Amino acid sequence: MLNFFRSDTLLISILKGCAVVAGAIVVLILVFLITEALPVLGQVGLLPFFTDPSWHPAETLYNFTPMLWGTLLVTAGAMVVATPLGILSAVFCQYYAPSSIAGLYRRLIELLAGMPSVVYGFWGLVELVPLIGRFQPPGASLLAGIAILSLMILPTIALTADASFAKVPPEYLQGSAALGLSRWATVRGVVFPAAKSGLFTGLILGTGRAIGETMAVLMVCGNVVQTPKSLFEPMRTLTANIALEMAYAMGNHRSALFVSGLLLMAIILVLVAIAEMISKGGIYE
Amino acid sequence: MSKNPLKTKPQAATENLQPATENLQRTTDNFQVSTVMIWAIALFVTAVFLWILSDIVWHGVGQINWEFLTTAPKNAGREGGIAPILVSTILILGVCMTVSVPIGVGTAILLAEFTDTKSIFGRLVRRSLDVLAGVPSIVFGLFGNAFFCKTLGLGFSILSGGLTLACMVLPILIRSTEEGFRAVSDDYRLSATALGLSRTTTLWNVLLPAAAPGVVVGLVLGIGRAIAETAALIFTSGYVDRMPESLLDSGRSLSIHIFDLSMNVTGGNANAYASALVLLVLLLLINGTAAWMTQYWLHRKVESVCKHSAFE
Repeated sequence: MLNFFRSDTLLISILKGCAVVAGAIVVLILVFLITEALPVLGQVGLLPFFTDPSWHPAETLYNFTPMLWGTLLVTAGAMVVATPLGILSAVFCQYYAPSSIAGLYRRLIELLAGMPSVVYGFWGLVELVPLIGRFQPPGASLLAGIAILSLMILPTIALTADASFAKVPPEYLQGSAALGLSRWATVRGVVFPAAKSGLFTGLILGTGRAIGETMAVLMVCGNVVQTPKSLFEPMRTLTANIALEMAYAMGNHRSALFVSGLLLMAIILVLVAIAEMISKGGIYE
Repeated sequence: MSKNPLKTKPQAATENLQPATENLQRTTDNFQVSTVMIWAIALFVTAVFLWILSDIVWHGVGQINWEFLTTAPKNAGREGGIAPILVSTILILGVCMTVSVPIGVGTAILLAEFTDTKSIFGRLVRRSLDVLAGVPSIVFGLFGNAFFCKTLGLGFSILSGGLTLACMVLPILIRSTEEGFRAVSDDYRLSATALGLSRTTTLWNVLLPAAAPGVVVGLVLGIGRAIAETAALIFTSGYVDRMPESLLDSGRSLSIHIFDLSMNVTGGNANAYASALVLLVLLLLINGTAAWMTQYWLHRKVESVCKHSAFE
């Protein structure tokens, strides 16, 4: 379509160079995670990470299932809380609020999305943890982690839901209005099915953010290596474990932390693949 | 490329949305539980947000004065200010942006202007950026520690931290820059072609000025993400709170300072509040700039580009 001069080849090769660098970073990350994880994997294999009696890397015990459970529980809890709050926040913006309030509320959600995780963590540590501790000591617990994480992923879910509601064809709304459906019936019966794929993508993005979150959960969860048996017990996530122990980890211990990094990376890859499948299979897009 | 003149049609259709929702409002004047619930949720989220914000402003604002911003921390940060920490933060951001902007903008131009959406190379790069956007920050930290600190021998330094962050902000930067380029009307490209301009000239004099808002927004969002980051920096740029003398010195960023004061220093909460407030104000300024620039450029873009660059 455009003119092509010989001088343009220089431009294009520079741009290609940029793109190769940008595209290669993920590969580089995987390569480095694997090379750093290999020593311990070569010596003890993968199985001890799930079957050893405990996590004591200094005594070559590498069981990180308690931390894996911690990550899964705190993520699941946060999703259960944040999904309805996030999606209904978007419903509020699109279909319930007068446009001026909707604009303000959207701005507020965007601000929440941009707030640093360390600020959430700090607020959780000085306000939320003592509050929970008053009823159920020690306070630093699975519950505190779930509360903070819910706040952090709510904006992700709300903003993607908002964007996918905006894409629902207006004819659908007009049709439903013509049928005399109430507002809530329209949202539930017309908007939700039409925006389904966008909503699921938002949920997956939120899950990814929750699994990868480090500082906030590190600050409010208490960091005891154990599988929490109630909402009020302290626990530690995989990400917090890396942040806590990386500073002094040597040899196989360091290597074991890279194994958990690799595991996190694998979870994220699966989530990205699922998100891709959903957006491809979307009937309404 | 992806833009075609027919695109104006759906936009006209969305104008119908307003009457449609008004109809909805009229049919549902009767009181409903769902309406109450949805308003309650919105109020709840707003209340929690205001709680967080007012807590930090309330406790932090008393500590902040000129001295706090211009003196070094004393007694592990319990007293004194945050001057070296601000300098380190700015240096880390500087390294991050100088590295990521050229690579990011270059990649975005290639993806938006010179790559067919179906080409294998373009799809590979895009796929890999999608994954990169999802990588947890702590994994960036592990990678940065292994690659920049150990393999490249940069040690715990501002350089390692900035480079790690550069990898992290690339996807955001590329996405909004690419959107900026895609938003440029095809008329510009066609006119440039008709005038016999080369692709390089077209890009430099026509497309880049027209796509500038996207680039600027990407830049601002990238800075926002980078300044908020903690986990990726703990074991790449390190903890040292002295004034950095070179880029190879370890430097503590503002977010790490907050983390360290609240977790590892008893009695550090007062200064942690103040630092958190400084960080929030910086972020608000950054977000505000982004919002203002998008508005400003939206109005200015069309006229100025037509007048100055494209058809001079």
